Amino acid sequence: MADTPRKPFSIRQQSGFGTIAAICFLALYAPIIVLVVYSFNSGNSIAIWEGFSWRWYEAAWANDRVKDATIVSLKLAVSASLIATVVATMAALATTRTEPFRGMTAIYAAINQPLMVPEIVTAVALLIFFAIIKVHTGYQGLGYLIAAHTAFCIPFAYLPIRARLENMDLSLERAAADLYASPWQAFRYVTLPLMAPGIMAGAMLAFVISLDDVVITEFVKSGGQDTLPTYMLGQLRRIISPEINAISTVLLAISITVVTVFFVLSRRGNKSSG
Amino acid sequence: MRSVADAVAAVSAHQVTKVFGSGSDRVVALDDVSVDIRANEFFTLLGPSGCGKTTLLRLIAGFDHPTSGRIDLEGQDISYLPPYKRPVNTVFQSYALFPHMTVAENIGFGLKMLGKPQSEIDAEVSKMLKLVKMEAMRDRATSAISGGQQQRVALARALAPKPKVLLLDEPLSALDLKLRKEMQIELKRLQSETGITFIFVTHDQEEALTMSDRIAVMSAGKILQVGSPRQIYDHPSHRFVADFIGETNFLEAELTSVSKRVGKLKLGSGTTIDASLPGDGVAKGPVTAVVRPEHANLVKGKAAAASLTGKLGNIVYFGTDTHYHVALDDGGEFIVRMQNARDDAGRWSVGDAVGVSIDKDAVQVLRD
Ligand SMILES: Nc1ncnc2c1ncn2[C@@H]1O[C@H](COP(=O)(O)OP(=O)(O)OP(=O)(O)O)[C@@H](O)[C@H]1O
Ligand SMILES: [Mg+2]
Repeated sequence: MADTPRKPFSIRQQSGFGTIAAICFLALYAPIIVLVVYSFNSGNSIAIWEGFSWRWYEAAWANDRVKDATIVSLKLAVSASLIATVVATMAALATTRTEPFRGMTAIYAAINQPLMVPEIVTAVALLIFFAIIKVHTGYQGLGYLIAAHTAFCIPFAYLPIRARLENMDLSLERAAADLYASPWQAFRYVTLPLMAPGIMAGAMLAFVISLDDVVITEFVKSGGQDTLPTYMLGQLRRIISPEINAISTVLLAISITVVTVFFVLSRRGNKSSG
Repeated sequence: MRSVADAVAAVSAHQVTKVFGSGSDRVVALDDVSVDIRANEFFTLLGPSGCGKTTLLRLIAGFDHPTSGRIDLEGQDISYLPPYKRPVNTVFQSYALFPHMTVAENIGFGLKMLGKPQSEIDAEVSKMLKLVKMEAMRDRATSAISGGQQQRVALARALAPKPKVLLLDEPLSALDLKLRKEMQIELKRLQSETGITFIFVTHDQEEALTMSDRIAVMSAGKILQVGSPRQIYDHPSHRFVADFIGETNFLEAELTSVSKRVGKLKLGSGTTIDASLPGDGVAKGPVTAVVRPEHANLVKGKAAAASLTGKLGNIVYFGTDTHYHVALDDGGEFIVRMQNARDDAGRWSVGDAVGVSIDKDAVQVLRD
């Protein structure tokens, strides 16, 4: 109110705050801005500006290997995020909507394990494990990548879904049961619609994480298989051309779009539960 | 005439005990509770925080199950029936309206779950909206209506499927005083219009007295007394009940004779007076009795009508009536409440020697 004697502590009032914030933002975004700018370079260099053109976008678009890698990436991200979201939804329900049981903390840790184990360790483990399976079955397809991506996408999908469920008033489900909804109906008409924003958020997060992965993909993929990130990594080892910038810029645009939708959805969701 | 008591009770609890936790966390929330709630009555569970009111309601709704004992609905054992199979609906304290549905969808939810056709649901929703005077809010989001209106929607939602019993857990506690009074009247009206048995929980004794057909007073997991508001107020059976409901005077006295439900009570002052007994099994000897302040009158000096004598201590004026605090000659204090009349002023003054005459049938002996 008007007569509050002292303003509460505000970090924005501290001297130097603005400078530090500016440096942080610069460090975060300057390289990305450079990358985007050079994707429009008309020359062959990723360091010397020679004028504006769409040349590298056209080149990437015409490149069959880029096309193939894009298709693999999308197939992979869509299947992995879908499966991961379904699994994460069930896991979130099981860890928030049941009586607390022995070993629940252990299960919680197990679900989030991919967040804690160094990615390179998982990658090597999967490489060896899948190598054994490949020897015995001869199967070389996308299945290995889908399985691996699903595994590390689960915690990313799980966390927002669980957060959503935990914030949900339990008496709503009780009210549904009181009003003759069977457990399935209560889930279908009350729990599911209310947790939908969390599920969407989880799915999108999983999608972006899968789209972006390099380390595990590089170790698990069969010969000749490439996702966009591993294709780009391969290119970087040879010639570096602004084609890479163009592909990165497109990936960036996709990620920004997905993340924006994610925020809009979770904001709207929080409002309706409040 | 076949009395109401002969009919099958709407809800009855048989020796219900509910224990939470074990070892040092063990809480006995309900301790051997038996009660019959009649069809079509407005029944209130009254008691202080933590006495087990909500627990009993949850057992009737089916959200929890008794540790031992049985709960019947119209004579059928429902102790282990899940909530969605019980023709019992609840008005939650937090309302628990579905935030992703409109007012109308909330009210129609129960009927939809029961598989009623949409046309019937729509008609019933309209009727309910009219009943709670919310016709204009039909398509509003539940977040876009006031607390009092949410309360009405919660009521309509619980009434729409025509339950046999409606459970209300402190439904008015979130409302401000004025709205609360309005809703009290509203609830009474809804109860008589629908003819549904209401089981109402409150820790507000005034609310219980004004609204209920019968009240069960609870303390520490037990039901101490069940009766009409008048019975509970005029003839409390336990010290706790007398103390919890209204103001009262306690008298330590000696029961000298017992016959049926009346006894002779010898007061500290030496006078003997008739007193009501709390049922059978009260033995002669020292007992505690209660007298409500408005069931006694002051008399001048040592008049013959006085059962007690003393000196006038405090006089507290309340507008419509006045409280006179009398310091009794045999020790203790007695409060007399008298209506103010036009010519009262100056009739009594502090320090006067006064007598207290007690109305006929106003002394109630307690069980403990
Ligand atoms: N799920 C539970 N686990 C453990 N103890 C419980 C549980 N539910 C209730 N209790 C305990 O049982 C006792 C009765 O609780 P209950 O909620 O029925 O009280 P109440 O009469 O409704 O009180 P209030 O007026 O505060 O709502 C309390 O001591 C409470 O702590
Ligand atoms: Mg309670």
